[in-house]
Amino acid sequence: MNVLVCVKQIPDPNAPGKLDPQTKRLVREGVDLVLDPGDEHGVEAGLQLVEKDGGEVTIISMGPPKALEAIRRALAMGAHRGILITDPALQNSDAISTARAIAAAIKGQNYELIICGTESTDGSSGAVPAQLAELLGLPLLSFAKKLEVGDGKAVIDRQTDDGYDVVEAPLPALVTVTGGINEARYPALRGIMQAKNKEVRQVGLKDIGLEGQAGMAALTQEVIEATPAEPRKAGEVIDDKGEGAKRVADFLKALKVI
Amino acid sequence: MPGVFVFAETTDGTPTPVALELLTKARSLGPTTAIALGPGAAKAADALARHGARKVYVHEDAAFRDILASPAVDLLAKQVGKDQPDLIIFGMTYDGRDVAARLSARLGTALIANATDIVKRDGGWAVTSPMFGGSLLVTTVPKAKAPTLVLLRPKAVAAEPAEDASAPQVETLSDPVDSSKPVARVLRREKEKASGPKLEEAAVIVSGGRGLGAPENFKMLDELAAELGAAVGASRAVVDAGWKPYAFQIGQTGKTVKPTVYIALGISGAMQHTVGMKGAKTIIAINKDPEAPIFKLADLGVVGDVHKIVPQLIQEVRSRKGK
Repeated sequence: MNVLVCVKQIPDPNAPGKLDPQTKRLVREGVDLVLDPGDEHGVEAGLQLVEKDGGEVTIISMGPPKALEAIRRALAMGAHRGILITDPALQNSDAISTARAIAAAIKGQNYELIICGTESTDGSSGAVPAQLAELLGLPLLSFAKKLEVGDGKAVIDRQTDDGYDVVEAPLPALVTVTGGINEARYPALRGIMQAKNKEVRQVGLKDIGLEGQAGMAALTQEVIEATPAEPRKAGEVIDDKGEGAKRVADFLKALKVI
Repeated sequence: MPGVFVFAETTDGTPTPVALELLTKARSLGPTTAIALGPGAAKAADALARHGARKVYVHEDAAFRDILASPAVDLLAKQVGKDQPDLIIFGMTYDGRDVAARLSARLGTALIANATDIVKRDGGWAVTSPMFGGSLLVTTVPKAKAPTLVLLRPKAVAAEPAEDASAPQVETLSDPVDSSKPVARVLRREKEKASGPKLEEAAVIVSGGRGLGAPENFKMLDELAAELGAAVGASRAVVDAGWKPYAFQIGQTGKTVKPTVYIALGISGAMQHTVGMKGAKTIIAINKDPEAPIFKLADLGVVGDVHKIVPQLIQEVRSRKGK
């Protein structure tokens, strides 16, 4: 079976994020950019499926030209080829524009399953996968912490507040995966070398027939203000010299918890 | 008159706590219509009205319970065409997120996620959402045609009954559910949560992170929680490592909690976690790393070894309760 995996390149989540005061968008200059760690689980899930049943994993991403590096990382993990949607007019796209661009770019691709992370680690609205499913008319299996595919259908364990639901959909389908679904592999040196020769097709808005219909030309919303939140005041920090537990118990007593 | 729709999730005829929070916010913004779907939904109408719904649309087809998102999206799209609301509020829940995102793609309207507040501004809406683990608050305004779709975070608003509540005008819908499309169908439901109070409702939460070292060390958290009548939570690192089921996860990709007391044990305090718990009234943290960011939030921080301090704390609590 063939699998499409959507990935995003984001500023390193271990470095604090910044917004440009003018554009109110994420600052991408001068920060390390990485493949979203959440998406690594999607790539891993795709690889496991094709390793079992044959087929290919295609990585698709949208972003500036250097987002190619995130695709290369996924290719180094073992994915077969990539598609990068990149166009200056796509700068500052909102979720629905992103979903439209991906839907247009994968038209004609042969796939049984699309895998996405549940949400990006930087923007974290989590809207693109469901929007993409809607645009493509696909069933959405969301928040999967387990995925099995066979007999023309996909079955997931879908996260709920107090456990999980077992949910089934016919293929083709779109699945979003949580971090709990697998342990993502680390690219081996051989994979990194091979990734350099794998095909990554770059397409612009014109190529996918969306000129003037995505990105800034089709914004559905705009960030007009960004202000630092009032920080929580730190209290007392003590070094445990054997009295730590007692101090905590005193504190709980004062709070009437005990 | 601008209208507000609320996607009111219910379980067996009882509105979820989030549904009542959404209504509390919605009624301050315009005449509010609640949409309650699934078996038993009609039973929820009174509670929804008490919290501000003037009108309640009810559809009791089992498909709304058993099929993910699609039937709800079809129905909402139809009612939007009929009533032309200006705003639709969803809870930032598993189902709320799926339904809102699919509907926004269907209608081509703005979807603003992770909201903590919605206000009227210049004849439209301005929506506040936290970014970067809550260190920044951004205000977003819609640029597309109505309705604007907003996903409001659980606990962003405290649910309160409306003072001017009246008996609801209930309209029972019976549009047949489209069965021609491929859908995601729930085969069965499994519960994993242990006994004790629910995380979202607990007054005290004892939460564990990677610093606990091994999954079996959660046993002492269970013990402490039992002494304090607390719920047990976990950080994403712990859940990703498979030590605890996802249902325990607190943070950006997990639950948002606002207990009276939050006790963080072996949790460093990554933004991904703190966004889900910094609304706690009081925070106590024990961690061996004095540089851990959790100490910047804690009302009382103890730099030390959780493996030593927690068992001592259990003894302290027991002896004081004995007095």
